[in-house]
Amino acid sequence: MTLPAGAAAVLGAVAASPPAPLQSGSALDPVLAPIYYLLDLWSLLMTALGDATGLELLQYGFMHRAILVGLCIGVMAPLIGTFLVHRQLALIGDALAHTAFAGVAVGLFLNGVLSLGVSPYLTAVVVAVLAALLIEVISEVTDAYNDVSMAIVLSTGFALGTVLISLNAGGLAVGINQYLFGNLSTVSAENAAILLVLFAVIVGTVALTRNQLLYVTFDETAAEVSGIPVNWYNRVMVMLTALVVVGAMQIMGVILVAAMLVVPVAGASQVSRSFGESLLVSVVLAELAVLLGIGAAYYGEATAGGVIVLVAVAIYALAVVAGKLREARGDDDAPELGGIDAEDDAATASD
Amino acid sequence: MSRADSTEATLAAGEAADNGAARASGERVIRLSDVTFGYTAAPVVEDVSLDVRAGEYVAVVGPNGSGKSTLLQLMLGLLRPDEGEARLFGEPAHRFDDGQRIGYVSQHASAAKEMPITVREVVRMGRFPHVGFGRLDAEDDRIVDEALATVGMSDFADRRITKLSGGQRQRAFIARALAGEADLLVLDEPTVGVDAESVDAFYDLLASLNADGITVLLIEHDLGAVADHAERVVCMNREVYFDGPTAEFVESDALARAFGTAVGFLGRGGGE
Repeated sequence: MTLPAGAAAVLGAVAASPPAPLQSGSALDPVLAPIYYLLDLWSLLMTALGDATGLELLQYGFMHRAILVGLCIGVMAPLIGTFLVHRQLALIGDALAHTAFAGVAVGLFLNGVLSLGVSPYLTAVVVAVLAALLIEVISEVTDAYNDVSMAIVLSTGFALGTVLISLNAGGLAVGINQYLFGNLSTVSAENAAILLVLFAVIVGTVALTRNQLLYVTFDETAAEVSGIPVNWYNRVMVMLTALVVVGAMQIMGVILVAAMLVVPVAGASQVSRSFGESLLVSVVLAELAVLLGIGAAYYGEATAGGVIVLVAVAIYALAVVAGKLREARGDDDAPELGGIDAEDDAATASD
Repeated sequence: MSRADSTEATLAAGEAADNGAARASGERVIRLSDVTFGYTAAPVVEDVSLDVRAGEYVAVVGPNGSGKSTLLQLMLGLLRPDEGEARLFGEPAHRFDDGQRIGYVSQHASAAKEMPITVREVVRMGRFPHVGFGRLDAEDDRIVDEALATVGMSDFADRRITKLSGGQRQRAFIARALAGEADLLVLDEPTVGVDAESVDAFYDLLASLNADGITVLLIEHDLGAVADHAERVVCMNREVYFDGPTAEFVESDALARAFGTAVGFLGRGGGE
């Protein structure tokens, strides 16, 4: 079989990177078995789609998984990002990504020293969630999100990661590119399955607590008065952020993962009026960026994470222009402001 | 339930020490006992004791930096007193979590957030304590619509709230408090940024809500509005200088003592 140029490049990348953790070696296999079955179904679907459309990139199993992971990222990153951006917490994604890198290093280190065969993404989840809780507790004690302490957490995580990896490799930093920059071709079945579990946890939690999260995001004091335990929801939010960051890291890489939390959300708030609309629009913009980015990266033989972010920023720029045009067109003609009606209220109050 | 027990205990205690100034009909909604609080070593609120009973209409006045917003946060349990005790509906205020009973309007008009959210979505938040993790049903939506109509914002329901004027935004927050159908309305300078005509209508609205039995607690810098509308005035500057019926307050020299200068009822003090 002769490989097309694009596929050859990607497969070359596979050969260059260290062997990805294979599903056969993992202790998690029995737990993830039903998800592997779903992944096989997805692969069949993608193959059929590839046959129908003649799209070359749909011929490869790793691309099927990469597309699935990308689609999940396109939903969960802006979903969580919306709640972060509107609280001026855009930086927290970056900080957690860098601590997740330390988690990856811990996983690689344990595998190297103890031959545990555990996916580095699992240790990344643990370390990032702990770091998230630490950031939140610090902010509760000091009564403010402090960009200095956030920067310290970020640097500490990254420093710890690089030190552990260099120790593990005898001073040579090998095989960390896929974590730093992400890689379409190293999305193993196990990692895809882990991501699907993260996706279910994140979307399920947001679906359940959407009222409370919205109230806390918009007006923390009023939310507290209305009986919502604000601190608990803040903790839930940062933990979900940690999960998103680790999930999205496989394709986006540590350095760019935070962009998916922020850029589609920023674009959506340019063109949306309501919160519901902005959630929907941010997901659409993110999916657009992910799919166009993966396609362009495959055919252009470029790093997917970088291309996805560039596409997302281009979409953001378009959204800014669209938002300005809409404002300039002035579809916001002022309606009549009614009087405050003291009589009418008796009905409301006595219900 | 424990709340019922503690309410009875509070009522019993209330009968023993009735000061007569309050409308002694209802339970004690708010009770501060010798409350002292400071962000640093210097107290912002010192040795304040006061009760608010169900059905009262109380205004807290004082100069800028007099600790009245802090007092409000202590009452709501957002802050915990350094000394003394704050109780809300008979429970320690910081532990009270029945959001259905409190409607809160803060000084929002100036605090704009660039968040895409419509007026209706904000008012719907008033129903969140009632629905918890569930969805708002048709009845909730009807209450939201009524609250919007009450503040004259029906036509603005689908507007992005950050694009509105301060006064319009403030009306939306008042509508949110109304949609909560609370027993106690707490308002922190609610009319800052609201145009003069709407201010009068707004006080009429508060009066009609109070007539329906809702307890109203208001922090206000507009002394004229307080003199015209509130039943009871608490004048403070770190300590309480006056606590009693509005008519007596107007006659007294508490205002001059609290503000440290001669202040008339016509002048509008600056907002905080």
